Amino acid sequence: MVVSIMGTRVLRKEDPKLLTVGGTYTADLRDARLEGAAHVCYARASALGAVSGVDVSGALATPGVLGVVTNSDLADFPLQPPQMDLFPEEMLRRSWLVDDAALFVGEPVAAVVAESVVAAVDGAEAVEVIYGGGEPATVIDLEDADGDAEVIFGEVGTNLALNLETVDMSTGFSDGDFFEDCEVVIHQRVENHKVAAVPLEGRSVACCWENGSLTVWMSTQAPHLVQGVFRNVYDLSRKDCRIIAPDVGGGFGQKVNHSQEEMLLPELARRFGRPMRWTETRTENLIGFGHGRAQVQRVTLGGDADGKVRRYRLEVICDSGAYPGVGAFLPYFTHLMASGTYDIAEIETRCRSVVTSTAPTQAYRGAGRPEATAAIERAVDIFAARCGRDPVEVRAQNLIAPERFPVTTAVGTEYDSGEYARALEKALEASGYEDLRREQARRRAEGDPRLLGIGVSCYVEITAGPAPGGKEYAKVEITPEGGARVLSGAFSHGQGHLTTFAMLASDSLGIPIEQVEVIQGDTAQIDKGVGTFGSRSLQLGGSAVCDASNQVIDLARETAADILEAASADVVFDAEKGFHVSGAPAVAVSWADLAERAEAPLSADSNFFAAASYPFGAHVAVVEVDRETGEVTLERMITCDDSGPLLNPMVAEGQRHGGIAQGAAQALIEEMRYDPWGNPVTSTFADYGIISAAELPSFELVVMETPSPHNPLGFKGIGESGTIGSTPAVQSAVVDALAHLGVTHVDIPCTPERVWRALS
Amino acid sequence: MIPAAFDYIRATSADEAIAALAEHGDDAKLLAGGHSLLPLMRFRLARPAVVVDIGRLNDLKYIRDEGDHVAIGALTRHRDVETSEVVAAKVGLLGEVTSHVGDPQVRHRGTIGGAVAHGDPASDIPSALIALGAVLVAAGPSGSREISVDDFFAGFLETALSPEEVLTEVRIPATDGAWGFEKFNRRAQDWAIVGCSAAVRADAGVGVALVNMHPTPIRAGATEAALAGGAGAAQAAEVAAEGCDPTEDLNASVEYRQHLARVLTRRALEAAGL
Repeated sequence: MVVSIMGTRVLRKEDPKLLTVGGTYTADLRDARLEGAAHVCYARASALGAVSGVDVSGALATPGVLGVVTNSDLADFPLQPPQMDLFPEEMLRRSWLVDDAALFVGEPVAAVVAESVVAAVDGAEAVEVIYGGGEPATVIDLEDADGDAEVIFGEVGTNLALNLETVDMSTGFSDGDFFEDCEVVIHQRVENHKVAAVPLEGRSVACCWENGSLTVWMSTQAPHLVQGVFRNVYDLSRKDCRIIAPDVGGGFGQKVNHSQEEMLLPELARRFGRPMRWTETRTENLIGFGHGRAQVQRVTLGGDADGKVRRYRLEVICDSGAYPGVGAFLPYFTHLMASGTYDIAEIETRCRSVVTSTAPTQAYRGAGRPEATAAIERAVDIFAARCGRDPVEVRAQNLIAPERFPVTTAVGTEYDSGEYARALEKALEASGYEDLRREQARRRAEGDPRLLGIGVSCYVEITAGPAPGGKEYAKVEITPEGGARVLSGAFSHGQGHLTTFAMLASDSLGIPIEQVEVIQGDTAQIDKGVGTFGSRSLQLGGSAVCDASNQVIDLARETAADILEAASADVVFDAEKGFHVSGAPAVAVSWADLAERAEAPLSADSNFFAAASYPFGAHVAVVEVDRETGEVTLERMITCDDSGPLLNPMVAEGQRHGGIAQGAAQALIEEMRYDPWGNPVTSTFADYGIISAAELPSFELVVMETPSPHNPLGFKGIGESGTIGSTPAVQSAVVDALAHLGVTHVDIPCTPERVWRALS
Repeated sequence: MIPAAFDYIRATSADEAIAALAEHGDDAKLLAGGHSLLPLMRFRLARPAVVVDIGRLNDLKYIRDEGDHVAIGALTRHRDVETSEVVAAKVGLLGEVTSHVGDPQVRHRGTIGGAVAHGDPASDIPSALIALGAVLVAAGPSGSREISVDDFFAGFLETALSPEEVLTEVRIPATDGAWGFEKFNRRAQDWAIVGCSAAVRADAGVGVALVNMHPTPIRAGATEAALAGGAGAAQAAEVAAEGCDPTEDLNASVEYRQHLARVLTRRALEAAGL
């Protein structure tokens, strides 16, 4: 009897290399096609404002500099605006490099091309941006942008980039007193500040042209999406535009996107007649490639005095940065998930995105859903406090009951499956909630200066979404040796697909995992694909592997029947023996036998589609607050995260660990900040507070597995759950620690000074 | 993250380093452990024309028990100070403070001389030296001189060292008195938002100094005076921020820094048994 490896802790096939010799990242590549490559460094705007010219003479005089390209040099190669009629047209007219105005500090002004990185950096330093021709519109705060601040795009006449109501991405607010029938109504303004994605590897690209064909090596999450972008810009056929993603050191949503700096590289390679390389610095990543979150919300929640929630209004203002793009859409996800885990009869949302003088907002781990959870969880906490009830009891009272699934919330989102109350119970039980409350009461009674806070969040989020769902591609081939090769359109940049997708093929085909090779990240080898983001890969890309594997089994059955001299209907496949006549397993045909016999390689592919799934869970955070200094110490983090059946619990735990850490970091430390003149002031790791193990407790993980009905194995995504649940739990714990002193809200990040001010 | 071009001189003796400084003056910077200078150079905030590497002056790496004081060579790594039995027995505060600098990798590279000569008000080590009443020894073209730690820190990132002088030794009066150190920071490896060193010296006086509360490392003179006048820890700590001119930054307002200085000073004094 073969024991299935599904659900087991198979060690990651990736790790021996990554942990010993290390990965091969784009900047490390040694490839004959990149011999003689020139290096690019972008000179960047160090201030906002109208730009009357760029003096490149100093750069051209720098030893080793081959040339400098400014936007005026690119007049014959204009950047086409995206085909989108959602934003005002003028806001979409972005040039390759700064044209007549720098709209955010860090915007690229000139590409300095040189023989070496050192020469390129020296040259870029010598580029002089000549400011003049008008006072810059400087709008840093998103509420100012939404209010009566000066207008950044003068010809548009407003800073409003997108009102999501006009495209049915939020409901709008009805006239009249929405909360008329509510006994208790609470209102709160909630900040969900800008944070940086901070992948350990920043952006990096190398490219070359060979006889009109372009090859691009790029640190990306989505090689096939990127291929579409380059094909569009350079008017290339699929076969003439090859994208290779080598090892990629994290993305967290940032690397689903692409930037001017990356897209321009092939044009530079063409102009200079050489392969071209560009790798950004940490500071460039922090200031130049966009940030996540960036919302201010106004929540209003009403219900009965006994704790029953009835009505909820969510207003979202999103900072889309200087140029609206994906970030401006993310409030749509906030709208979709507005109801959270709760049964709320009526919900209205009003979402809009505004431009500011900051780097464009991008997707960041969770991308719109953490903001929804943060809003409703804050509202429920404050509502519970107003009702004089325990926040856990009020949650339990309002959670959507398991028998209601599939259930459509008041905003029209259809949740697939869930047992929210059970997740909450499991997390609470693991936390020893009653004991924690007793300890809290004891400390309060004794006047202990170490205040104890307990925060709870319930969350549900959307993966492989939004509706109608998503697709991912996989092809499975049997090798001549009887092993399997999996060609997958998903792209692992830390997620462990080389292991988990091999587990899926191995389990379906009965081929040992050592003999299953998973290939991703090369558009020449993999016909199509989407990429890895939004916690989509296992449920779509993994399901595609299973589907293709099962098709291969069906294809092989005929050949096996020939060898066995039996009718194909009598031939069965089992993972242990191979193909054999039903009831006669002693004579079996192996994959190697079949590979030898088959006229063409045995292979099948699948472009698997599935509707979105809705992972959920509950987080409990325990903090200690130093009453004198306001310092918050995260003492415990207990999470129950349900993403359906676990293929590899170790890999899932890794996803949860990283996500919880990033979410806790947003609650306590991390914040991307700008000064009033638009200078990013958290532009290095000395200032930007990326969290470390020293600031975090060991996480206590509780397992729960509720399948999704939308794919055969019931998978949901686990990549973002940690981030989504933890931020509001930690924030809630901080507020809870101060609650007996009359504090009802502290915005994140709950820095020591903020907490101290709340205390005093 | 690539420094501007510079010339590099590796000194094989203190005299050679002094000669190089004498030749290049303000254009030259000494490189010891590199943990202050190199980040500034990589951001091109510092662009010395000449870097004089003194990292291999092994005769400046020592910790000596000199009876009434401990002498520490300027090139001694933080890790060696942190783990020294002599330091633990005779100037325990310094060992404790040093153990809070950066992380183990930083402490294996950074040197006591570099930390002091950089003159950074956010550095922890100067606060211990002020509290303990250290004397700094500098060598220049015309020989050696001793500088009281109270005269050493001249301004933000400025010290009493002349451009051609090399800091060679730190002398710390021995004490078996109790001490306390408090460091308040965002993350384990961060600079202090505010810190406080307190030590009972051999003469039974109490030295108290603050981190990141002034353009220079600074003695909490009002607190010391209050203690000398018989005040208890809580009372003396109330005046800790007096005479300090802290700045506002990303992590703290002036008001919050002053508050932290009072709280941390009280805690450091209490830890020192006061």
